[in-house]
Amino acid sequence: MTAAGPTIRTGTIVLRDGKIVAVGADVAVPPDAQVVDGTGKFVTPGMIDTHSHLGVYAAPGGDALSDGNEMSSPSTPNVWAEHSVWPQDPQFPRALSAGVTTIQVLPGSANLFGGRSAVLKVVPARTVQGMKFPDAKYGLKMACGENPKRVYAQRGLMTRMGNVAGYRAQWINAEAYRRRWDKWLAGDRKGDPPSRDLAMETLAEVLRGNIFVHNHCYRADEMAQMIDIAKEFGYTIKSFHHGVEAYKVADMLAANNISASIWSDWGGFKMEAMDGVRGNLPLVHNAGAKAIVHSDDANGMQRLNQDAAKGISEGQTIGITISEDEAIKWITINPAWALGLDDKIGSLVAGKNADVVLWDRNPFSIYSRAEKVWIDGAMLFDRLDPAQQWRTDFELGYVPNGKVWP
Amino acid sequence: MRHYRVWGLGPGVALLLTLSGTVAQAQTIAITGGRVHPVSGPVIENGTVLIRNGRIAAVGADVTIPADATRIDATGKWVTPGIVNVATTLGVVEIGAVQETVDTPARGRGDAITASHKVWEGFNANSPLIQVTRNDGITTVGVVPNNALVGGQAAMLDLGDGGLSEMLLQAPIAMIADIGSKSDQIGGTRAEVLQRLRDLLSDTREYVRRRADYERNATRELAARRGDLEAMIPVVQGRLPLVIDANRASEIESALNLAREFSLRIVISGGAEAWMVADKLAAAKVPVIVGALNNIPLSFATLGARQENAGLLQKAGARVLINGGSDGFNARNVRFEAGVAVAFGLPWAEALRAVTLTPAETFGVADRIGSLQVGREANVVVWNGDPFEPMTRAERVLVRGVDVKRPSRQDELMQRYKVLPPTYRR
Repeated sequence: MTAAGPTIRTGTIVLRDGKIVAVGADVAVPPDAQVVDGTGKFVTPGMIDTHSHLGVYAAPGGDALSDGNEMSSPSTPNVWAEHSVWPQDPQFPRALSAGVTTIQVLPGSANLFGGRSAVLKVVPARTVQGMKFPDAKYGLKMACGENPKRVYAQRGLMTRMGNVAGYRAQWINAEAYRRRWDKWLAGDRKGDPPSRDLAMETLAEVLRGNIFVHNHCYRADEMAQMIDIAKEFGYTIKSFHHGVEAYKVADMLAANNISASIWSDWGGFKMEAMDGVRGNLPLVHNAGAKAIVHSDDANGMQRLNQDAAKGISEGQTIGITISEDEAIKWITINPAWALGLDDKIGSLVAGKNADVVLWDRNPFSIYSRAEKVWIDGAMLFDRLDPAQQWRTDFELGYVPNGKVWP
Repeated sequence: MRHYRVWGLGPGVALLLTLSGTVAQAQTIAITGGRVHPVSGPVIENGTVLIRNGRIAAVGADVTIPADATRIDATGKWVTPGIVNVATTLGVVEIGAVQETVDTPARGRGDAITASHKVWEGFNANSPLIQVTRNDGITTVGVVPNNALVGGQAAMLDLGDGGLSEMLLQAPIAMIADIGSKSDQIGGTRAEVLQRLRDLLSDTREYVRRRADYERNATRELAARRGDLEAMIPVVQGRLPLVIDANRASEIESALNLAREFSLRIVISGGAEAWMVADKLAAAKVPVIVGALNNIPLSFATLGARQENAGLLQKAGARVLINGGSDGFNARNVRFEAGVAVAFGLPWAEALRAVTLTPAETFGVADRIGSLQVGREANVVVWNGDPFEPMTRAERVLVRGVDVKRPSRQDELMQRYKVLPPTYRR
């Protein structure tokens, strides 16, 4: 399943020097190649999750590892998720073992402006620098609705209109900051350079189109508000996250080229989530907007494929037929697009990074398991070989190993 | 006053109504031609399930179908007992973040002992989430209180029509306790929590022995108030199972020791590290309620969480129940937990048993539900394939012989937005 066309029934994929060099039914196997027999199995691009808190809310949890929400102010575009990521979070190897190869780690949703995201490869490393996806653009986490309202009810914001006033005030500041700096950078240099402000720097980069907005937003009417604000200040929203009501404004998302990073059927836990429907993915897809399965959860991340299957199934129930070849895009090329990486990852096309998953059966089956996972051509997980199963430093001695505890 | 036809039912809704309208009430129904999984016995290919007056009247390959029977053609379909989600807050927590709709945990007196709390008395039979849940083939739920040392009593309910009294299958089915990972909320170290439970159990015995003295205020102060001691009596007498939430292997061993010390019937829930003590659980014949979509060492008490848990327990001879989707909105997803358990080593038939007959047996309702046997409540689901597969849908869902598959609130929302109503096209 290439995510770039129909499934190739008996295909070959050749990886060399970290890249995909050939995909097809009639591909000659280079004589020096190491051959992996995929007969009866399935091959897909590595799965991509646009919404993760791995590393910033690391297992085993607790206050010591709670590094995802800088709840000191409703506006913290100055913080960067990468400065919180703990590479030894045991959730990383579990994501990899499920076929997830690229993730966007976001700050939490307590704040109107939560901070910069980090786009990471799910690879073993000592440092976050070793995990960062080279040249990936940053994202800016924004959040609507109940969470900021609740967190700041006693100290500042307490209504949705308060939230909106908060976004607009910051964008006004950011616009002035961008103008000052752009003038300076264009060569109009009289006196000292404008002073740097980390928060405004991030927002100004959004206004210049160099950072993507990833907006936590459940309710349809709030998405429409956020689209208006984006137009008022001249930036674009790359994806609405959680979007349990995306299906209500799917036409608006399509018209504004905004993707929906959503669950198949998670919802109901708060007022703004109660209209969640299992048909969200197919309804958004059917309206011509980009549907993305996201997780926001280290368990859910391991079943993006199963969530997509639920979406296909519910589509059938409500009369929207979606092929597996289309649905595979919800977990591969569409999230790649939302991260601005669709030229590098997300489909099995010659020239792209060799991020590949070999499944033991159709990935839309509940029984399917990722058997082998390659990132940049390196096999980083092999279910059949315990020596090829990454264990973080934390796990040594603490987390029983399958080898020891059969 | 003018009536605007603003919403209009979509064609899908109309179709669903027509289908369900054919078996609107309990009568004689024959489900024919399907691959029947009775759970209590071997699979019957091309089998018939005959239902009369809400109960199963016959199951087999050669069942004579009465002339007056309504037929449901299940050719090419799978027929199973209704799925049981054994531990949910369906009907007692509507929207977790909206306090007004939350009826567990009990507030109590702040000592985390609310044994007298009958959680089902707060059950809302009109919750729209019930329709969402049963449309996915879940016909029975265990409604459980949560988050306390002794949180109260759980009940088993069929998701049929009517109010609480019609839906109640058995109450109580268990007392719910928690000795483990949430010990901060319960108040104390693991050892303190265990001792408090021991005090409660021995004082319940004391209360039974010296009830007359208690009435005359001639006993020392006991570990709980009267109602809670009363509620604990069937537990100390071994008549009511005590479900103990425990995750770390050591917590599970503590629970097993406690059960031995007080001759309790216990069930372990949570059980993240149960696979490490699988032999002991099997030897003690203690059932374990586990999920499968969980391999994250989310706390120090669950470092050993792994998806192979259910399979390893079964292999060791322990009795396994599968849960998942504890909140009402996700209660329907328990069938996918079972599927993942299969992917990681639990035999398929055992997984089906773990969400049907085993929970029924564990909580004393196997003579009513959990299998397709003559005399059981006709909780029957017709699936268009393997019930654990996300691509499979429950096409017909019968609870006590009544087809309860109808458009849910969620279905209505989808139909409304599939083709935007005129007033919304602005």
